[in-house]
Amino acid sequence: MYKYRFLIITILLVFSVTCKAQDTSLLKMLDDSMTSTKKHIPVTGTFKGTHIINIQSVEAPAKQVLLFWIMHRFGQLSDGGYQLFGLDNATMRFGFDYGITDRLSIGVGRSTFEKTFDGTIKYKALRQTEDNSMPITADLFGGIYYKTLKYDDKPYLNTAYRTSYAAELLLARKFSRDLSIQLTPIWLHYNLVQTTSDKNNIFAMSVGGRIKLTRRTSFNAEYDYLPEGQVKSMTVHSSLSLGFDIETGGHVFQLHITNSQGMIDPVFIAQTTGTWGKGNLFFGFNVSRAFNTGKKAKQVN
Amino acid sequence: MKKKALMAVLLITAMQTVHAQQYFTTTGFAGFYSKTSLEDIKAENNQVFAVIDVTNKKLAFSMLLNGFVFTKELMQEHFNENYVESDKYPKATFTGTYSDNIDLTKGGDITVHVSGTLSLHGVSKPFTTTATLNMANGILTGKATFQLTPGDFNISIPSLVRNKIADKMDVNITANCKPKN
Repeated sequence: MYKYRFLIITILLVFSVTCKAQDTSLLKMLDDSMTSTKKHIPVTGTFKGTHIINIQSVEAPAKQVLLFWIMHRFGQLSDGGYQLFGLDNATMRFGFDYGITDRLSIGVGRSTFEKTFDGTIKYKALRQTEDNSMPITADLFGGIYYKTLKYDDKPYLNTAYRTSYAAELLLARKFSRDLSIQLTPIWLHYNLVQTTSDKNNIFAMSVGGRIKLTRRTSFNAEYDYLPEGQVKSMTVHSSLSLGFDIETGGHVFQLHITNSQGMIDPVFIAQTTGTWGKGNLFFGFNVSRAFNTGKKAKQVN
Repeated sequence: MKKKALMAVLLITAMQTVHAQQYFTTTGFAGFYSKTSLEDIKAENNQVFAVIDVTNKKLAFSMLLNGFVFTKELMQEHFNENYVESDKYPKATFTGTYSDNIDLTKGGDITVHVSGTLSLHGVSKPFTTTATLNMANGILTGKATFQLTPGDFNISIPSLVRNKIADKMDVNITANCKPKN
């Protein structure tokens, strides 16, 4: 009798153990086959915006997405109460960026500063993957800038003299969901510089990053280091900008304080005359809106 | 003698588990849909892993959340970054059983009652639904349609987009499973 009972219990035990093992082993089996077929999934959302603050980020609009940017920089905070701490003297840039493919985008923009038009192209050459088979995202960026401001005293300013260029290599890594850092070697070329002692080719290095504060907001910082000895006709400084990104659905709001009033690369990288120490600070914001233009977006049934 | 008989029962039980007839796929489908007057959302995933064990009437599903493709790229990014946080919780899984006594050899859609545990966004909940099983040409197709509430899985929707996202998502699941081995 005792043996009989013992065996029944054993059977029940064995059976229940097999049941349990079955339940999780089905899921485990799925997980195992999932791991073995895992693809190199590209990392998304290294930054919220296509700009960290002033510098371009590795982000770009997706295929057939049109991104509209409005950027404002107010006057210097040190202008004091009479100018309402700079709010009376706003400069702005607006621009459109369009994704031709998920890797290639183009953009046009116009800044009030020297009435400058710009055309940009950005190509995502490498994409960081979640399994780290590719540890970084690398973009190639090119920009052409053309100022149309009329100078009565400078009739010699022809098209070539009014044009400058930027070429940048954007190298970014999303270290975690909260931390992304981007290094950007920059080459600027000015067809015309103020004096012969100024260099036509200027090299600079930008380091920027973001730390997420919540799922939809982040703290951003950017330092665009301009090595000395390249611009001599005026006193220029490296650009330091601090700000916040706030993302709400199709919009990204960027609020920041920076010592550069310009919003295009040839201006904020090599023509920043203000410093943080003297209070030459500009409050500014960028606002973006994404529009889906493709057929795909309309096919929701 | 009794002992021998019991041993045999034991062995048979063990044998059954070993030879459990399983149907399996790595290309199952999961889609979810939200409709409001302001915006329609459609997301589909064609890389759903599913297994149905017809011997033990058990089944399991597992899918990577970043496998969902949205009509708008930005929605997809927000889904992964802000809502399901797929970097922290990469998968949605279901494991459960169906209790009905059914004869799959009859063919046609057979309705079964599925119950088990649904895991999403770090939250595991008991979950029941009806589903259909259909055996045709050696392929076992499982289908289910149900609704899920994001709030049940700690997925919060900010008030700013509250009226663009439906309270309940319509979910469709289809898995065409082939015999395993």
